[in-house]
Amino acid sequence: MALKNQRGSFFRTHILVFLLPAALIYTLFMIIPLIDTVRYSFYDETAEGITSFVGWDNYILILTDERWWTDFSNALENNFIFFVIHMFVQNPIGLLLAALLSLPRLKMANSYRTLIFMPTMLSVVIIGFIWKLILSPLWGVGDTLVGFVGMTDGLPALLGEESTALITLSFISVWQFVGIPMMLIYAALLNVPDDLVDAAIVDGANQWTAFWRIKLPLILPTIAMVSVLTFVANFNAFDLIYAVKGALAGPNFETDIMGTMFYRTFFGYQLQPGSATLGATVASLMFLVILCGVMLYLFVIQRRLQRYQL
Amino acid sequence: MKLSKRVGPLGVHAVLMCYTVIALFPIYLVIMNSFKSKKGIFRDPLAFPTGTTFDLVGFEKVIARSSFDVYFTNSISVTVISLVFVLLLGAMAAWALAEYDFPGSDMMALYLAIGIMIPIRLGSVSLLKMIVGMGLVNTLTALVLVYTAQGLPLAIFILREFIAQIPNDLKEAARCDGVSEYRIFWSIILPLIRPALATVAVFTMIPIWNDLWFPLILAPSQETATVTLGIQQFIGQYVTDWNAVLASLTLAIVPILILYVIFSRQLIRGLTSGAVK
Repeated sequence: MALKNQRGSFFRTHILVFLLPAALIYTLFMIIPLIDTVRYSFYDETAEGITSFVGWDNYILILTDERWWTDFSNALENNFIFFVIHMFVQNPIGLLLAALLSLPRLKMANSYRTLIFMPTMLSVVIIGFIWKLILSPLWGVGDTLVGFVGMTDGLPALLGEESTALITLSFISVWQFVGIPMMLIYAALLNVPDDLVDAAIVDGANQWTAFWRIKLPLILPTIAMVSVLTFVANFNAFDLIYAVKGALAGPNFETDIMGTMFYRTFFGYQLQPGSATLGATVASLMFLVILCGVMLYLFVIQRRLQRYQL
Repeated sequence: MKLSKRVGPLGVHAVLMCYTVIALFPIYLVIMNSFKSKKGIFRDPLAFPTGTTFDLVGFEKVIARSSFDVYFTNSISVTVISLVFVLLLGAMAAWALAEYDFPGSDMMALYLAIGIMIPIRLGSVSLLKMIVGMGLVNTLTALVLVYTAQGLPLAIFILREFIAQIPNDLKEAARCDGVSEYRIFWSIILPLIRPALATVAVFTMIPIWNDLWFPLILAPSQETATVTLGIQQFIGQYVTDWNAVLASLTLAIVPILILYVIFSRQLIRGLTSGAVK
């Protein structure tokens, strides 16, 4: 930060005028709802809207009741699979594309960058429906396409089968969001000083070793940041599953993740009535999972990595 | 070694070209088929619309059965108003934090940064109760308030870094001339941070325009539906009518693609300028 202004050392009205509107809206519509949701998870509410403090009861119900725990652990596990696929497919592809785009003297780099980023701009709902149509056995365009690569049996109903639905949805999401790690890593690679790479090339290294030995170690902080962003976004995901599979996250809850479970708990489905307090409990548990990821990043990964920075 | 050097550039282009096709083909497929008749869509989905298969029936159905014009107006109003709030209030707060040294300024900056990592969606239960209490359910105002709160943390974070780099001479010269702090902000600082404002605008705009969650829980009525929610409901209703589904998707995609092509330079410069690290 630049030098602080000495004149501002007393509290002045103009500081308040500049700061207050943003702080007020942020506190009122973000911080208070977050805290209040956690508070609310310790209450029970009757149909008439009378609330009473119940301590940890809601948590005990979700984490020990057989039916709730089955639902919750299933959603958590699916969410981990969803995250792992992003982490180990989306981010490496993003890294690869960024590494290729940042090669010196590459022609048309701008066009590739712009075009590859395009799906990222569109709404998750639209992307979900596009793939639902393409993978639909009714249309048959999928069968034609896999026919080109020699699969004559046609495309199985990837979104309909219990064994493949979650993985297929993860890959749809990877396809859409690969642009984000690509752009962030690309930006970091552009910031690596050219002299370093040039010096290595003069000493006989090729672009491949220069990338692994020089560029990659220098951009590790960016990769760590991309990872934590992926983690937060994935454990907060909802739109894609809801658009393609609905709130029931079928078949047989095989695509259920924390976001869809939160929605069902809060608003109810089929015979189960919605519950604001249990919804708040699921949201608080999501909060906890996300917080763990962010803390791990802030206090362990980021600290350790900064030692290697230039 | 020699061989790999020669194959190098070609191989790189092959990989990038392949991935570009993978990224664009599904979108192209949907747009192209939306201009075909039902027979054309099913008989040969990969073919370009011809004289016999060209048909606008899908678009006619969408326009007759849904209020896409209302959805677009809603999405544009919500996005633009939220954006103005985020940029203006965010720049004001960023300026206060970067420029004035007051007790607790660092704590305040940290407090305002929490929202970058913690998604506002987790507070939905309490947020919905609050919006109900304020009588704002099914209004666009509710969405604008939530999106403004959602956009501010990142906006303040980016703009504060940027404002801190502005040389002191300019401000001090103005102060010596007796210019008020408000005028310094409005006439000197705001014009200087325009590139950063553009970056923040993009980061703020895309999640708002594309959001399904808050329209779904705070403003699900037909009159307040945004494009994302409207299309979700429309397709849910006409899921078997392929012409209508493809046409509605095209109507939602094409305006964004046009805007993207116009602003992609600006957008990508913002993304790669190092404003976010």
